[in-house]
Amino acid sequence: MAKTYHTTVGARSYRFASLAELMAKASPPRSGDRLAGVIAESAEERVVAQMVLAELPLTTFLNEALIPYEEDEITRLIMDDHDAAAFVPIRHLTVGDFRNWLLSDHATSEVLTSVRMGITPEMAAAVSKLMRNQDLILVAKKCQVTTAFRNTIGLPGRLSTRLQPNHPTDDVTGIAASILDGLLYGSGDAVIGINPATDNVAQSVKLMRLMDEVIQKYQIPTQSCVLTHVTNTLEAIELGAPVDLVFQSIGGTEATNRSFGFDLSTLAEAEAAAQSLKRGTVGRNVMYFETGQGSSLSADAHHGLDQQTCEARAYAVARKFNPLLVNTVVGFIGPEYLFDGKEITRAGLEDHFCGKLLGVPMGCDVCYTNHAEADQNDMDNLLTLLGVAGCNFIMGIPGSDDIMLNYQTTSFHDALYARRVLGLKAAPEFERWLEEMQIFQDISTHRLNDQLPAAFANSLRHLPKEPRHGT
Amino acid sequence: MAHDELSPIVVENAWERLNTFTDARIGLGRAGVSLPTSKLLAFQLAHAQAQDAVHCPLEVEKLANELTKALTLSEAPISLHSHAQDRALYLQRPDYGRRLDDKSREQLQQAAASQQRYDLAVVIVDGLSALAVQQNSTPFLRALYQILSSDAYDWQLAPLTIVEQGRVAIGDEIGALLNADAVLVMIGERPGLSSPDSLGLYMTWAPEPGLKDDRRNCISNVRPAGLQVEEAARRFFLLLKEARQLKVSGVKLKDRSEDNVLEGESGTTGSISNFLVAD
Repeated sequence: MAKTYHTTVGARSYRFASLAELMAKASPPRSGDRLAGVIAESAEERVVAQMVLAELPLTTFLNEALIPYEEDEITRLIMDDHDAAAFVPIRHLTVGDFRNWLLSDHATSEVLTSVRMGITPEMAAAVSKLMRNQDLILVAKKCQVTTAFRNTIGLPGRLSTRLQPNHPTDDVTGIAASILDGLLYGSGDAVIGINPATDNVAQSVKLMRLMDEVIQKYQIPTQSCVLTHVTNTLEAIELGAPVDLVFQSIGGTEATNRSFGFDLSTLAEAEAAAQSLKRGTVGRNVMYFETGQGSSLSADAHHGLDQQTCEARAYAVARKFNPLLVNTVVGFIGPEYLFDGKEITRAGLEDHFCGKLLGVPMGCDVCYTNHAEADQNDMDNLLTLLGVAGCNFIMGIPGSDDIMLNYQTTSFHDALYARRVLGLKAAPEFERWLEEMQIFQDISTHRLNDQLPAAFANSLRHLPKEPRHGT
Repeated sequence: MAHDELSPIVVENAWERLNTFTDARIGLGRAGVSLPTSKLLAFQLAHAQAQDAVHCPLEVEKLANELTKALTLSEAPISLHSHAQDRALYLQRPDYGRRLDDKSREQLQQAAASQQRYDLAVVIVDGLSALAVQQNSTPFLRALYQILSSDAYDWQLAPLTIVEQGRVAIGDEIGALLNADAVLVMIGERPGLSSPDSLGLYMTWAPEPGLKDDRRNCISNVRPAGLQVEEAARRFFLLLKEARQLKVSGVKLKDRSEDNVLEGESGTTGSISNFLVAD
């Protein structure tokens, strides 16, 4: 039977009917939890919930599933894959003690790596709710998650970017123009990844081949991905298409993923299929996942949980399939889940922290939509904070404007700003390529070449005379 | 260094002329690694306009009159409203936008009293851009009606509906109330900086309240500078026919409308022609 939680503050007594309710009410405020009706009713109730949560032993989360084991394959994955041996150094801690331990000098990068598989998403979510933004940054910075395919992502002192050359009609010249722009601004080491406007197998294969040819011609140490449904990519692999990474949006409950049209077995099949192509040169991480707070509620598949806890559970799904990249698309979902710049910032830092703590190669799409209360200044702030926190990668798009998905994310310029002010570099293999191609005049000071590099000057001579429409 | 003294403060990009091939903000140039002032302000203006577009209301009566005339409808479209009373509530409560208000539901129950079954219900929804709906609905439906009327099958269309403050899923409730086998929702997509006028098309086979995204197929970015209405209508019709044949929609029904692309460009081999990979 589910336990209830009580406490008294002054004259008022508080009661939380379940662990899920306690977690939800302990969450820093955001519109999605209000929409779900799980938010704390007052500022005091929120802090009281945090105080009660701080007293809970971490083992509570192993004994009490937030979504029943029988009903949800993500709960089964979390429970069945929990590593009791890795958990030993922290199993005696309460959630509040866990925060202290994470911040302490005991928790070095090596120790954090070794306890990773002993931490469940719910433990990570719970402790994050007690942490200030600076705590989320400090601990995330200590967690290192490195992955590799044709280059190495997530090394200390590195900040990679996904070059996102989307085009509203998938026009190949338009896409190639954005790829060129990005490469010449030093973007694209995490992946060159296209969201197709037309989401079908034929179109995906065409875009895969387009990117593969560019990567081969210029010998770029990076990987490509078409962000189409996992079942489309499986079909593309069967057709012999050049698939580097398999994409899928994932959520933290079985019902969320069912609404996305897949289950865990689909992802296992996809990972095996992509690995069988052996296209990686320095590593075998072949999956690219995207997540974001609010997706479970949006699919009415949240089981009464707060959106940040659902999000953390998605990282259990991610880490099962050894992804190269996991991207929390933090402001994309809209103001009904994250209302303004403040809520988006907090969520971005929480997601990055929880992901890294669980061993997920976390990047962030620092973004907002035109119906949210946010602007470029909010994005500058979150980008800077995530750069400090050691975020693996961000997006790179021409002038921050995604003309296909209709939202704003970080630009090629923004990434160079972050690298310059924080002294961060691209992935080492890609950095060498940028130097060889003379894209930078001095890569150590992030100084771009004022002249057009020779290899690309040559390509511009092949420009068609007239703009082409459609494909 | 002498070289530094010669460097201009704003460095322009030699590939700026590529912007004739895309609306993406490429070749912006830079001051150091940052945006030049003129490009920064151009962005700020576009963002301001997009924010304003979100709050612009749909002129229902004007659209209804236009559709009645252009499609030579025997009865005017039915005007409906979601449970979200105004835009502020709409933005914060998507659940309200997914269901009809009581008055609208009663209206539809009366309209469907004849128990007649329809092949397709077309639902026009303001969504996040009334501008998109105002501008693209009539040309798209003219193209679609033309395809349907020249098809061998005699398509039975439910009364046309227009919904204010609606979200995609509201179409499923409307389709079910109208006894339609399939529903097409035409909705204003969230406005982008370069595209405040983009219409999205969503199809559900066997619509009923409570269905999820995996049961819907989507065709996006229908607008003059994006996917043309004739092509959008052609793709939608192919989807509709396949849904009707297989009695499914969503992820189980793949969009095959561009399969000829693959064949036309020699399958999974051969070059995807563009300047970056030209010899």
